[in-house]
Amino acid sequence: MNFKHKYFFLFPGLFVLIGILIFPIIFVVRLSLSGWNSYNPGLDYIGLENYIRLFTDDPRFWESFFRLSFLSVTTVILQYVIGFALAHMVWKDIKFKRFFRVLFLVPMMTTPVIMTVIWRTFFHESLGPVNDMLSIFGVAPKWLTDPVIAKFTVIIVEVWQWTPFMFLLLLAGLLSLPKEPFLAAAIDGASPVRKFIYVTFPLMAPISIGAIIIRLIEASKIMDTVYVLTSGGPGTSTETSSFYIFIKGLREFQMGYAASMSFTYLIIMIISLTIIAKVLTKLLLKE
Amino acid sequence: MNKLYIFLKYFFIVVWTVFVVAPFLWALTTSFKDFQSVNGGVTYIPWVDFEPNLEGWKVLIKSPAKGGVDIIEPYFNSLFVTCTASLISIILGTLSAYALSRYTFKAGFVKNNDITFFFISQRIMPPIVLSIPFFLFLSSINLLDSLTGLIVVYIVLLMPIAVWIMVDFFNKVPREIDETALIDGCNPYQAFLKVVLPNSIPGLIVAGMFCIIFGWIDFFFAFILTFTEVQLLPVKIVALNSSVTPWWSLSASALVSVAPLIIVAFIVERYLSKGNLSGAIK
Repeated sequence: MNFKHKYFFLFPGLFVLIGILIFPIIFVVRLSLSGWNSYNPGLDYIGLENYIRLFTDDPRFWESFFRLSFLSVTTVILQYVIGFALAHMVWKDIKFKRFFRVLFLVPMMTTPVIMTVIWRTFFHESLGPVNDMLSIFGVAPKWLTDPVIAKFTVIIVEVWQWTPFMFLLLLAGLLSLPKEPFLAAAIDGASPVRKFIYVTFPLMAPISIGAIIIRLIEASKIMDTVYVLTSGGPGTSTETSSFYIFIKGLREFQMGYAASMSFTYLIIMIISLTIIAKVLTKLLLKE
Repeated sequence: MNKLYIFLKYFFIVVWTVFVVAPFLWALTTSFKDFQSVNGGVTYIPWVDFEPNLEGWKVLIKSPAKGGVDIIEPYFNSLFVTCTASLISIILGTLSAYALSRYTFKAGFVKNNDITFFFISQRIMPPIVLSIPFFLFLSSINLLDSLTGLIVVYIVLLMPIAVWIMVDFFNKVPREIDETALIDGCNPYQAFLKVVLPNSIPGLIVAGMFCIIFGWIDFFFAFILTFTEVQLLPVKIVALNSSVTPWWSLSASALVSVAPLIIVAFIVERYLSKGNLSGAIK
């Protein structure tokens, strides 16, 4: 084969992507070393001042980061458990299999912000159906205005929205598993629980790791939902890193500082996702 | 033991089904309510709890001058941006994916897998990191608040997905078919267009569906990079969610916006059941 052809196939896509991305990334790094804000827009050079401020004098950024970690890890674990359960249930023959498969996929096809607007009315404290039904039991949780409960509201909405994606990946995995190990287990007369623990789960381990990492990557961007549902409030109790950077950068126009935060955030994301991927691979692929 | 398992299984499926359907049902009933039946206490069943009317749906097609919401233009904007960006991403992504699947690349320590990883890893990039430079960059070339600017940004969002699905798909298409075509006298481009592509239609459809989903549901970039000239559907609908919220038109517009993608759910399920998605995540 003529080796030149391969570049004609690869390069258009690669160069378009690099072309679109390279300047923004270089620009973010350069911007993070400047004091660009609304009074003083321009690429002056102030050294590492922004980073020093970020690491020594901005607890709000770190709080938002830990909150994001909590929210994304919790939602992904819930999504994994529920998604795996659902996928396992509609994997083999049950009645209306295809109906349930479609139904369980639907939420991920809906625009998160738009559904969040609906969820806002759903969880409305006096006019929403949830509190109306809960009033039978005499409780009326403040779904959107209590600092603790609001976090769980965000989690509920995220689980509703993105469990289908986990379900899709895991069901695709289950459908691609080889048949022989299951036949062997059936011949040995293994119970469903043992079959799951010793056959299905180990076979699904590589797919599980892939699915969890993909979802963690997406979950680490949580921001739309928070913006519409609570606007980060009450106070800053549901504010995630992206949302805080958004406020600083595109609301208060502290572009330089926001750039230093977003660059730090990106580096932390890459490092922590790499570590999580390594740890998961060790845990689940022991043998 | 087995009976308990089956009972739990159906119980769980029913609970989850209710959870999935609840917001849609709520939106559907709310879209037929008027001011009184929203603000006078919670109402559920049409004709029993409240008198349904079509006001929420009618304002969607009225022009803003007559007190309407006019979601038609944003609807077509969204459709146009999503489809254009998906198409460009699929074309470029498929070409790159084909190269990565069939040829070996080596430049220093960079090999095929590293290039594939580079493509896919763009999904790790938090949108906020790109939004600030894009905002300043697009405003300096006067593409802020334009469809072109958004399409450029969406290509970054969608091409990784296209490459991810297509590399995997091409790996499953036997190499023999391109080799046979080459022996028969096709050049590599003809072999790709006439032999490999027609055999990859399921993969292309799946990749296309995912690009359309992730393009259609994006809010963040549309929200930051457009203002008044160009409005996309999600931004328009979220803007309704301001001071005094008209729940009825909000619900109606939400339903209109999620409707087209329900069809996508059917297509994805079909390809899923046929096993065409299976390799995609290994």
